[in-house]
Amino acid sequence: MPDATKFLSHLELGETDQTFLDSNELIINMGPQHPATHGVLRVILKLDGEKVLGTECVIGYLHRGVEKIAEHRTYTMFNPYVDRMDYVAAVSNGLGYCEAVERLMNVEAPPRANYIRVILTELNRLASHMLWLGTHALDIGAITPLFYTFRDREEILKIFEKYCGARLTTHAFRIGGCLYETYDGFEQDVTRFLKFVAPKIDEYEELLTTNRIWVERTKKVGYITADDCKALGVTGPVLRASGVQWDLRKAQPYAAYKEFDFDIPTGTNGDTYDRYLVRMQEMRQSLRIIDQAVGKIPEGPIMAKVPKVIKPAVGEIYHSIEAPKGELGYFIVSDGSTQPYRVRVRPPSFVNLQALDQMVRGQLVADVVAVIGTLDIVLGEVDR
Amino acid sequence: MVSRLTRQYGSGIREASTYLGQNYMVVDSSLIPELLRLLRDQEQFDYCVDITALHYPEKEKPFEVIWILYSFAKNERIRVKTEIVDGQVVPSSFSIWPTANWLEREVYDMFGIRFDGHPDLKRILLPDGWKGHPLRKDYGIIQQDNEWVQINLGIESGQ
Repeated sequence: MPDATKFLSHLELGETDQTFLDSNELIINMGPQHPATHGVLRVILKLDGEKVLGTECVIGYLHRGVEKIAEHRTYTMFNPYVDRMDYVAAVSNGLGYCEAVERLMNVEAPPRANYIRVILTELNRLASHMLWLGTHALDIGAITPLFYTFRDREEILKIFEKYCGARLTTHAFRIGGCLYETYDGFEQDVTRFLKFVAPKIDEYEELLTTNRIWVERTKKVGYITADDCKALGVTGPVLRASGVQWDLRKAQPYAAYKEFDFDIPTGTNGDTYDRYLVRMQEMRQSLRIIDQAVGKIPEGPIMAKVPKVIKPAVGEIYHSIEAPKGELGYFIVSDGSTQPYRVRVRPPSFVNLQALDQMVRGQLVADVVAVIGTLDIVLGEVDR
Repeated sequence: MVSRLTRQYGSGIREASTYLGQNYMVVDSSLIPELLRLLRDQEQFDYCVDITALHYPEKEKPFEVIWILYSFAKNERIRVKTEIVDGQVVPSSFSIWPTANWLEREVYDMFGIRFDGHPDLKRILLPDGWKGHPLRKDYGIIQQDNEWVQINLGIESGQ
């Protein structure tokens, strides 16, 4: 386990730092209004010329007090709120919350609901990764991928819209299963989408994977070791790109994931380029999962027998799923009433963002933008 | 593992049990951080998933601090809980799992629980000058630090 002192991520802003004229060090403020911070993130950079000596993140601009709201809503009423955290992967948020409450109540969603959940969640993972790729490439200076990925992401959103009426904050699942039956032609739509999107992913790779500018800007940038990842609690593609083959869909399967055959792509170098490759592979694995699931959605009910008023017994549960960004966990405490006593969300973006300092220290200031992009944070989830 | 720990710490381990297939233990606050370090070094809980707290205003010891730990080697989770009185300082686990840095700051921000030995304990989600800790049960859902709002935003109230 590495020495903790190297993970200190705050700056001592003394008087000498502020009068930078007679010192070589320069304090620069990036954000909160900055297009490359993917939202309202403020990063204070301490620079020596172009080299980053240290950073400090200032967050909280989007804090809405989701955890406090939960204590004043019933279990059912709180369900749509979770979509607003990671708003580009709302389906994953909903899945984690619904499953956590189901486990707390000892209810299991029927197999048909689980299949629908897997298909929609994987589609959402694709949408999230596509949005990440487009904006990340844009930050680094490649404009074309943004148009391509947004064009293709639109097809996923159309399926969501047809399924539940909403495109982003879907509220697709309910505690106990799904509210909506699949619409007529759902399977055909998804199959058509799979055929449509597989060559598109090759197209993205053609644009970037061997592109000299892309490789120069991402290789050996934002390097982080597997040990540092574990120490900092970093999960998701960032951890896997550092060589740890760990994915909650395999480690602790939920929904219907154990019935499908898929690989966990890993990287070796733990740099921005490897994280790019890992996410591209993950998109292909998602297609594989959807392909297996869509052909054999079992018949049957889509809702388990859940009481109209949800009142779990006194107790607590921690349940986590593999969201597109990493481990998304819900720690729910019930006092036996209709409202949760406490809902704690363990957000992957919040914890992953903590690694920013470790990843950019000693690198160039231009790489900070690349590293923020590669961490794939959503500020709605960081601040909740 | 539990029997080993109970032998070592005796009644310091108040309760060790399983609920809905999830292991947890309630320990005396004097065992923190020693027990946490032992869990990391000897029981391979090398990943601190989350640190959070609970507030029970009517209890004698109103706050519960919870560490959710995971072991990559064993693919196992455990929750360690300890009860503390209002104002009691908990030793920081930053030197055990550096991820505790922001997690403890959030607990401090939301509950006002202080962590001893934390390198930079200050608010993280709310602004620095804010008064009150919102996730305490006595903090109302529409309550705000109106003084802060008036000074910093120049409006009467944020409502």
